[in-house]
Amino acid sequence: MQNRAFILKLFSAFALCFAWEIAGRVPISYAFPTFLESMSALMQMTADGRLFEAYAETLRPLIIGIAISAVVGIIVGLWVGLSQFFDWLFSPIFIVMQAAPLAALIPLLVLAYGIGLTSKVIVVCIMAMPVIVLNTSGAVKNTPESLKEMGISFLASRLSVISRIIIPAASPVIFAGLRLGISAGFIGAILAELKITPTGVGDIITYSRSIADYPSMYAAIFSIIVLSVLFLNLLDKVETLLFKGNERGYVSD
Amino acid sequence: MSQIKNVDEDLQNLEKPIAVSVDNISKNYGNVEALKDMSLKFPKGELTSLLGPSGCGKTTLLKIIAGLLEPSSGTVTVNNKRVTGPGTDRAFVFQDFALMPWASVLKNVSFGLEMRGVEKTEREGIAQNYIKEVGLQGFENSFPHELSGGMRQRVGLARALAVDADVLLMDEPFSAVDEQTRRKFQEDLLQLVESKNKTFIFVTHSIEEAVYVSDQIAILLPRPSRVSEIIRPSNFRAKGVDAIRRDSEYLDIVDDIWTSLRSYVE
Repeated sequence: MQNRAFILKLFSAFALCFAWEIAGRVPISYAFPTFLESMSALMQMTADGRLFEAYAETLRPLIIGIAISAVVGIIVGLWVGLSQFFDWLFSPIFIVMQAAPLAALIPLLVLAYGIGLTSKVIVVCIMAMPVIVLNTSGAVKNTPESLKEMGISFLASRLSVISRIIIPAASPVIFAGLRLGISAGFIGAILAELKITPTGVGDIITYSRSIADYPSMYAAIFSIIVLSVLFLNLLDKVETLLFKGNERGYVSD
Repeated sequence: MSQIKNVDEDLQNLEKPIAVSVDNISKNYGNVEALKDMSLKFPKGELTSLLGPSGCGKTTLLKIIAGLLEPSSGTVTVNNKRVTGPGTDRAFVFQDFALMPWASVLKNVSFGLEMRGVEKTEREGIAQNYIKEVGLQGFENSFPHELSGGMRQRVGLARALAVDADVLLMDEPFSAVDEQTRRKFQEDLLQLVESKNKTFIFVTHSIEEAVYVSDQIAILLPRPSRVSEIIRPSNFRAKGVDAIRRDSEYLDIVDDIWTSLRSYVE
């Protein structure tokens, strides 16, 4: 069963790469390289170390931003979910953050925080945090009433009700929020590098496009997608490690 | 012959000590009166049913006794101690089982003990015993979604029994299980009442179920919520579980209750 799932995933990835190769060979656009061209560009970038230098630069705002978003996002989300007062106080901020046209706001951020790391971290956070907060608070609010009553009637303290019932009950949706938030954070990190100062992977993309080296440009994009998929898989592992019951499905009745 | 008596006369005839006493309880939600000046006594070691049409406040009353809801006025005392919240003297069995889906049967059953600070090997040993007692031996490491509805409620029952509370509060515990399982549960419940020296307070909307399992049935009526009568079946319990449903007293009581409730059911 496990094996079959893996084979299917592999097949799906292969089908995608094959379609890419065909699309590049047709070609659908002069600026769209084939899969194999992109891969050889990727090999080359890996071999001469350019890719690693780029990621050393890109991962910094990305990791810092995602870490802040995850920790602050979950804490604020719990808080908002548990208290109506904080719901009214904080929810609007995150709804506005989520709806804001970020690309248009980046010049403002640059004016306020300069072109350095701070601005880029903020961009990652604006992308990642709202969905984490909103998912967490929504899940907490939707904890089944009878489970909370069960905890209280069996003498669980307020803290135990939160840690032993509300958080585990909310964890599948919290993790769904983390997954969405982290993918958005990856987009934010690249967006920051394209819009603020071209560094890291964003630099490879911008530079390669400007000299019409499309295989390198797509190789950079491909690498960031692969990294984000690997990261999300790692998150799945963390989830099953922390909350063993989650993979077993849910009893709804 | 049914044994319907009025409330006062009935309580005077009781020799058993009172385990739970509800005195002049009112509960308002805004302008809505859910319970109004309700008083009721629950004798020790007996099973008392709260029976009535929907909206009569039976679950509200049970949750007030559990300490999950606060009454607007009036007091509840359990073993002469006034209830101010949930306590070690009461355990609750939920209508929808309220099992933690992420935890194994063993973890679910030992949850109450864990919250009381019982150390791990000890609480798992106790939980193991009660899992065996409710007939779920071998399912300790199963998860709730792997069990049938009836088995899930057995887990809920084991969890309530494990904390060894004097009073068991059951909120329509068999309403979410199928008819055949329910009959088995009712028979098991009779045995439980007999073998454990515990006081059971049992909310149900089924007349037959109430008459079948109860030592005392409190009929609650809505608008305003009140205890309309208390019925103590006398004879058929001793005749054995198989004879009860054919006993004439049993049938009479079921009929009488339906006659008095009929006009309240929409």
